[in-house]
Amino acid sequence: MRMIKAWMAMAAMVVVAACSSNTNDQQASAATTSVAPGSVGDFRQNVGDRVFFDTDMSTINDEGRQTLNRQAEWLKKYSNYQVTIEGHCDERGTREYNLALGERRANSARQYLIAQGVPAARLKTISYGKERPDPVGSDEAAWARNRRAVSALQ
Amino acid sequence: MPARAQLTIDMTRPSFEPVPIAIVDFKGDSVGAQMAGVIRNDLQNSGLFRVIPQGSYIQQNVDATSPPQFPSWRQIGAAGLVVGQVVQSGGNIKVDFRLWDVVVGQQATGLSFTSQPSNWRRLAHIIADAIYKRVTGEEGYFDTRVAYVSESGPGNNRTKRIAIMDQDGANNRYITDGRTIALTPRFSPTLQEIVYMAYGENNTPPRVYLQNVDSGRRELLGNFPGMSFAPRFSPDGTKVVMSISADGNSDLYEMDVRGRQLRRLTNTPAIDTSPCYSNDGTQIVFNSDRGGAQQLYVMSSGGGGERRISFGEGRYATPVWSPRGDFIAFTKISSGGFGIGVMRPDGSGERTLASGFLVEGPTWAPNGRVIMFFRGQPSGGGRAGAVTLHQVDITGRFERQVPTPTDASDPAWSPLIPQ
Repeated sequence: MRMIKAWMAMAAMVVVAACSSNTNDQQASAATTSVAPGSVGDFRQNVGDRVFFDTDMSTINDEGRQTLNRQAEWLKKYSNYQVTIEGHCDERGTREYNLALGERRANSARQYLIAQGVPAARLKTISYGKERPDPVGSDEAAWARNRRAVSALQ
Repeated sequence: MPARAQLTIDMTRPSFEPVPIAIVDFKGDSVGAQMAGVIRNDLQNSGLFRVIPQGSYIQQNVDATSPPQFPSWRQIGAAGLVVGQVVQSGGNIKVDFRLWDVVVGQQATGLSFTSQPSNWRRLAHIIADAIYKRVTGEEGYFDTRVAYVSESGPGNNRTKRIAIMDQDGANNRYITDGRTIALTPRFSPTLQEIVYMAYGENNTPPRVYLQNVDSGRRELLGNFPGMSFAPRFSPDGTKVVMSISADGNSDLYEMDVRGRQLRRLTNTPAIDTSPCYSNDGTQIVFNSDRGGAQQLYVMSSGGGGERRISFGEGRYATPVWSPRGDFIAFTKISSGGFGIGVMRPDGSGERTLASGFLVEGPTWAPNGRVIMFFRGQPSGGGRAGAVTLHQVDITGRFERQVPTPTDASDPAWSPLIPQ
């Protein structure tokens, strides 16, 4: 545990450095490679913590499969993490239906990770429906980013 | 031929003129003017009345009990005249009011009651309801409350807490503390309890809670491993229907409030949610994507006999049965945006009452002739778009924004407050 905490602190420092310098691609990728392996920052930047869905769909697409394959490999390697998979929707649906759809999306990602060998006991789900947009926006690009399942590490 | 002003109105006709009405400050006590103000506001906001400005009243001193000078009220175009008086009596207030039919020159209705002084706003709403009923032939809806979700804070981390206010926006108070997201409040038929969905601490999944409005005491309505959501009371208040999810799939269940027995109503791999009982409690309307896209279905309240009732273009959601049983209100999502509509329980006669970028979550006034819902504006620049409550009459003619202290969504209109 102590080691993980040290890594997380380091990851945080790297992120801060990357933000405060500039957003130049080369520098950003240089920062990415310096994230401590096995840290939350490593998972987010080098593995990818989220997959995206088509409108009103909960099936994992090709890009999502690649991301979840990387997540599964990483989670099997760093077996001390628990994961809560958060399902989200864009704002173009009703509140209650979107809670159900977000749950369905989170469960899709969970089932996929289990199929790749991540123990089910490490994977919880929660739906936020359309209540926690990221990014906040009302155009096609924002909606596409909001139809997501995010693997949050604990 | 211009119709002569009358003290009756048929709100189901395709067009009508609001009834011109004069409302004199009630005499006898300073609260009388405030009561008249509440009545004016109620009637004007209904869209069915045009309240004549006080400055134009010719007869200045109108007695509360004897007939007014009808010609002077006809002269300013009034069809009705409301007068009243408030008398302090033994720690209570005694209120008398009369509605005069100015056109025919006689009393149309009148009421007299005694209550605690702190009830003056309610008394004013009850008087407004009596006037509304006399003029429209429909029950009033002013002596009611609205529960809703108060929203504040940044777009990516909004605080969403349950609040309750009077129908006209007065007496706003918060029911949840805002530490976790709380959504979809619904009143019990007695107004003493609400059911709603709230997330747990540390972002644990949402569950349905039952909360006493006055004491604040709340309890979990069943402790299930998955999310429970979309609760709604049966018309007699003995049951709550809701969705419960397991392994990513949401089905409908009914819980007996007292005994807490759970009964499963649907068992499909589809999303079944937003259930609502019919006014007589024998049926449940809900939305489901079992046929592909989200549509409305009706089944018997014990489960079974499911049939689809929505067949138009687009997706249909959040069906709510009218308290009088004649319509189901819903949210419709089509390529052009969102709409609030009504259809008959067999799916016929669909009409759109309001539309926009986001309109959602209809709820009925107890008379089944007015609907409240919420409107959302597009977000931009990382900021959440404004969300506001609105009401519209069943013809879709008259829409107005309902004032709230914060952004507001998910309105739930109460039945008439028990007297």
